[in-house]
Order: sequence, then C-alpha cells, then structure tokens
Amino acid sequence: MKVLVAVKRVVDYNVKVRVKADNSGVDLANVKMSMNPFCEIAVEEAVRLKEKGVATEIVAVSVGPTAAQEQLRTALALGADRAILVESTEELSSLSIAKLLKGVVDKEQPQLVILGKQAIDSDNNQTGQMLAALSGYGQGTFASAVNVEGDSVKVTREIDGGAQTVDLKLPAIVTTDLRLNEPRYASLPNIMKAKKKPLETLKPEDLGVSTTSTVSTLKVEAPAARSAGIMVKSVDELVDKLKNEAKVI
Amino acid sequence: MTILVIAEHNNAELTASTLNTVAAAKAIGGDIEVLVAGQGCSAVADAAAKIEGVSKVLLADNAAYANQLPENISLLVAEIGKNYSHILATASTNGKNYLPRVAALLDVDQISEIIAVESADTFKRPIYAGNAIATVQSNAAVKVITVRSTGFDPVAAEGGSASVENLDVAQDAGVSSFVNEELAKSDRPELAGAKIVISGGRGMQNGENFEMLYKLADKIGAAVGASRAAVDAGFVPNDMQVGQTGKIVAPQLYIAVGISGAIQHLAGMKESKVIVAINKDEEAPIFQVADYGLVGDLFQIIPELDGKL
Repeated sequence: MKVLVAVKRVVDYNVKVRVKADNSGVDLANVKMSMNPFCEIAVEEAVRLKEKGVATEIVAVSVGPTAAQEQLRTALALGADRAILVESTEELSSLSIAKLLKGVVDKEQPQLVILGKQAIDSDNNQTGQMLAALSGYGQGTFASAVNVEGDSVKVTREIDGGAQTVDLKLPAIVTTDLRLNEPRYASLPNIMKAKKKPLETLKPEDLGVSTTSTVSTLKVEAPAARSAGIMVKSVDELVDKLKNEAKVI
Repeated sequence: MTILVIAEHNNAELTASTLNTVAAAKAIGGDIEVLVAGQGCSAVADAAAKIEGVSKVLLADNAAYANQLPENISLLVAEIGKNYSHILATASTNGKNYLPRVAALLDVDQISEIIAVESADTFKRPIYAGNAIATVQSNAAVKVITVRSTGFDPVAAEGGSASVENLDVAQDAGVSSFVNEELAKSDRPELAGAKIVISGGRGMQNGENFEMLYKLADKIGAAVGASRAAVDAGFVPNDMQVGQTGKIVAPQLYIAVGISGAIQHLAGMKESKVIVAINKDEEAPIFQVADYGLVGDLFQIIPELDGKL
C-alpha cells in the first residue's frame, strides 16, 4: 500500500527563539531550521512499514517555502521514494494546510497518511485531525504503536490517563507521538542517492485550494520573565523559605 | 451570543478541568451551554447542570459516543455547533483529538490552547514551546477554541441550576472502533490539577528511586511528574510526563528533582507559582527559572527534606 507522510520545516528544537522588536513574530533570520521532530518520527514509521513489507511506496509531502525542499530531501534520504512540495510563501493556517494535503491525498490515494502530532513552532496540534475530517477518514492521533492488519489499522494512542487502542478502517490518518519510534540517521550514501529521487513542485492553485484564513495574528510577545531566584545552602533553609517566605507548604 | 462548552468526563464523573473551560467561556461573556456526550453519563449531566453560570445542559447519551471517538463526536458537535458563537473544549488529549475535526467540518480555523481572553474574538496563546505569546483574532462565524486549564481559575462546581435537555441524535461515522484502554492507577492528586507537583528526571537513575518522590508526595499531598528523559528511560509511565509533549501544569509549588530544565520541559511547568530545583549541576538551566535552588545530591536531599516536612 501507499503511505503519504507530511513533513514540516521548522526552527530547530534546540534554538532559543527571540521575539522580534516590532512584535510581528519570531525572528527566524539566520536561525537553524530542521525537520519538525514529530515529522521525523512519522517518516521513520513509514520506512519501518516498508521494511516490514506493509508499505510499497512512501511519498513525502511538505507545504511551505522553496527551502522546505531540504526537509523533503532529508525524508528521501531516510527512505521515502519520492516527494511533493506544495510551494507557498504565506504563513498558512492548519486548516489551509489540511485542505492542501487533502488535495494531495485525492491525487495520490494513499491508504495511510502519517503526520506528526504537532509542529514545535505553532504548537497547534490540528492538521492531522483536520485532514481526517476533510477526507472522512478515521484518525489515530498521538500514536505510540501502529499495526496494519488487513484492511484496518490498530493504533495505540497516548491519552491523559494512560493508553488507548482504536481500530480504524483504511484509508486512515495517523499522527505520531514521540514514543512511537526512534528515528534513524540518514547515511551519506543515502543522502547522495536522495538527490536523484523525484521531487515534484505544486502550487496551491494547482490543487484548487483557497488559503484564506479566519484567524490573524495581531502581535507576538515574549512571555513574562520570571524574576531571578535564590540559591539556598541547606535543606533547612529550603524548608524555612517554603514555609515562611513563599508560604506554599 | 451563546457559547457551547463540551464537558470532559469519563461517563461517570465530570473532569475538574471542565470548570476551567467554563471560566474561559465566562470571560468571553454570553450564555453558556454545556454538552455532555457519552454513554450512561446522566450523572455527568446532573453535575454539569450545577456548575455556576451554566444556563443549559445538552445530554447526548448514546453508544456511539461511549468512548469519545472523535469521528462520531465531531459529527455531533459540528451539527449542533453551527448555532453557537463559540465552541470551547479543554485542551486535554481528548479535546485536542476531536475539536480540530469539528473546526474542519465547520470550515473554520481552530485556536489551540488559549491562556487568556482579550475580547470575544481575541485571545492569547503560547507558541514555540511557550517562548512566545501570540495574540490572535478570529473573524470566523463560529470560533472553535481549546482552553489550557492552567490559564483560567475554575468556576464553582455548585450553585447553578441549569435544565438538562436530551439530544436524540446518534452520529456514527462507522470508520473507527474502540479496542481497549489501559489507565494508570494512582491515589495521588491528578497531575494537571495538583497544588504541589514533584517531578523527577534522569538524575533519579531508576524507577525504584522514584519511591522516594512518591513517599514525599504522599506526605505533602503532591502529584508526581517526570521529565521526558525519565519516561524514555522507562522509570515511570508516559502519562506522568510534564512538558511540551506531555502535560502542562501550573501548581502553587513545583519541585524539580534531577531535571536539567530543557526548553521542552520548561514549556510544561514554567507558569508554576514557586519553582524549586534540586540538582547536583549548578550550571543546569533549571536554576534560571527556579525561585529556590539547592545544589547537591538528590539521594541525600530528598530523604532529608522528607524528614523535615
């Protein structure tokens, strides 16, 4: 079966971001960009499904600027067979991205679509669910285990109180939690081979999708800074401070 | 303007975080109605009717909603939700699961994890693991929003006397089914709502050593959390994880034991009122956000602390 994996180019997770002085957003000039960590897990899961003989073809897709080709090449180096970039310079909402992905799903007809549960920049945690709604497919969000059995997939999900398993009819949408797997590193030969793999570029208009949004960002601010604390020397001093100064115990 | 709040529950009891979500609805202003969707959940509807400020409770009691499958719940909420100005749900794993689906069915954007209400259409939410706060405005006909519980003080659970109206709609998308659930058992307070949280990290070295934290927690009525390193190393189950990918907590007191303080962990706890860090590495980033820091060996400090509290 064909597996579609969606990946996003985001600021590297180790970068401490700074808010722009004019409060228009976060300063991303000259900042290290990477594949969103949850998307790496999605790619790894697709590759493992192929290694198990479940998946026959893996298509990586990204919606974003031209530079997102880098992240698609990474996905190709990790084991995806081909890639599609839906090129857009705008900052798109999750719903717009879900609509664009729906366009790609209609074109490619995958049996399984794997996405990360959230992007570490916008922290929305919406796209997979929205894509599932638009397609009318079942969804297995926050997956920690994925088992394809015949024409259905059993997904174990991380929920607040523990774990839950659901059974979804294929085609279905899965979003990954961090515990699903440990992504591999791309080897140099695979990175070289990835340069020769096909990468198709589309525009939102090609998919007939309008990307107007009902939500706009008015400003972005730095969070309130915590005032510097003090170092205590002993447990006695700590207990004293908690009881008499902070009064929290 | 009428606001629909979707109740969080387990079919037997209303989850406390629903009260925080109602508080967010109150901050928006307007009539507040609560939807209870589940199976055998009339007790939950009765509890919801008593919440301060709720004018009506809608009860959708049907086998299709027994396990809160998002495919079914979202069809129900999208169908009735068209008539409301706002639809709010708690930003729990459950709310995060079905609400974006509702938004897509209504063809509107969703606003995730709001921490403040500026006006009926303008909200604040954290982005980049809490390292920036965005103010966003929605011009959608129906504003679909998840609420971060720690951003709003809960309303009173008693004092209301809303009527309960039965909804006789069974929406079954027929694409998913529930298999099973494994819930972690604990007598301690629920992590997200606890007044005191004690969390252990990689410095705990193994799962057995967490007993020290459990003992201390039981003594002071605290919940026990963990960093991702402790969860990944198998010391404790994942539902104890605090951070960007785990639970967001904002207790009165947060005690971080053997936790370095990575960006992703801080995202889950830096709104705590008082933060205490116990770590042997004086350079650990956790000390930059801690109100009280103690450098030393946790294996000596925790038993000593236990003895003195």
